[in-house]
Amino acid sequence: MERDPLGGNQNPEKRGKLTLMTEKLGFRDPELAKRVAKRIQELAPMKGTVKICHVCGTHEWTITHYGIRSLLPSNVEVIAGPGCPVCIVPASEIDEAVQLSLKGVTLTCFGDVLRVPGSKMSLLDAKAKGADVRIVYGVSDAVEIAKKEQDKEFVFFAVGFETTAPSTAVEVSHKPPKNLSFLISHRVIPPAMKMLAEMEDLNLNGFIAPGHVSTIIGLEPYEIFPKTYGMPTVVAGFEPLDILFAIHMITKQLNEGDPILENEYTRAVRWEGNVKAQGLMQEVFDVEDGRWRGLGTIPLSKFVLRKRYVAYDAQSKYDTKIEEGIDLQPGCRCHLVIIGKIKPTECPLFMKACTPQNPVGACMVSVEGTCRVWAKITSSLPQKT
Amino acid sequence: MKMCLAIPARVISKKEDKAQVDFGGGVLREVNVTLVEAKVGDYVLVHAGYAIQVVDEKEALETISLWNEILSVETKIQKNGAS
Repeated sequence: MERDPLGGNQNPEKRGKLTLMTEKLGFRDPELAKRVAKRIQELAPMKGTVKICHVCGTHEWTITHYGIRSLLPSNVEVIAGPGCPVCIVPASEIDEAVQLSLKGVTLTCFGDVLRVPGSKMSLLDAKAKGADVRIVYGVSDAVEIAKKEQDKEFVFFAVGFETTAPSTAVEVSHKPPKNLSFLISHRVIPPAMKMLAEMEDLNLNGFIAPGHVSTIIGLEPYEIFPKTYGMPTVVAGFEPLDILFAIHMITKQLNEGDPILENEYTRAVRWEGNVKAQGLMQEVFDVEDGRWRGLGTIPLSKFVLRKRYVAYDAQSKYDTKIEEGIDLQPGCRCHLVIIGKIKPTECPLFMKACTPQNPVGACMVSVEGTCRVWAKITSSLPQKT
Repeated sequence: MKMCLAIPARVISKKEDKAQVDFGGGVLREVNVTLVEAKVGDYVLVHAGYAIQVVDEKEALETISLWNEILSVETKIQKNGAS
């Protein structure tokens, strides 16, 4: 049975009603998909290549799972940018979390973060050494646990893009218990897209902007891409047809020579985004230059707690600040996969030394990492005998 | 969990900043609704235990019919243009 890309129950009868509804409405209709694909064929240029970049792990999942690339003309390429929030956490920040956990602080984090390699060890390695590292579903669970166990000190490792940052902002601004502080690793997506747009050797022609980040930030932050870089930019949802519609919109804009910003995901994304969430993020966070694993420092791309919330800042509270870490293990080419410069299959370690069971790079660890997504598909293909 | 993923669920009941939501098939969960103005009966996108946006059902319905129309018109223009 096919998996549900919305992550729900495998049994269609038990899936979320809206998931069923969007499916019934035709967001997975193969006939409509064929018609859109045919139009994309007609709109694609006769000469040259069109290179479209998305920046979301779930977009990569939909594209790979539904074989979207096989429906496209050979000169329309869709590449995966740095859209996996766990993959881009630099080793130095994993090292900080590891150090805190080894000092005896109880560390709460999302499950995906557990196996991400630090310079020397992951949080899972720290756990094996006796550190108290606990997986939570969200920051509210971290708050509840800290309230229940007041004799212990807790740190929540806050990883994620603008989709996740508002939940951290809610809890920080609602007076969390004093025995809980936050190691903030949140990142802002548009500055990373700007960096990709400016990479001359990447030659991108358009962006599929991330749907769920956009429910929060709205459309305005993407305006610079068509205006300054001449790149068609389309915010898209996560059903296979959402992606095909977005590719149609981009190729059409390129065909007409008129790059604009468009919203395909109108059922969830409004122009202004989620104003309340933006207000809370502004109240709680400052924005600073931040390191991204394998990408170096990106200007104004990292959330940090404002001074008024310093009591909840784990770095200050425990005097833990690690500047440098080892982002790439020997042979790992995550830094090239993460910007779509090479495909996972072009990395010599892929599915040899680096597998989902024994990941070497961060891109193979997270379920949203490009290598991990590709590993799943590669392993389900019939094996050559 | 996938960290750029948000799953739609219907609001069953609401009390202050908490709501019971239905992911379908009787999968109920309490989520934080501080970030959205959701009413009972609305669909919300849930990410890491927080509703991050209200889903517009009407827009979902309209998207597909709009695309059917766009493709029909474009195909017609293409055919006429080619003849």
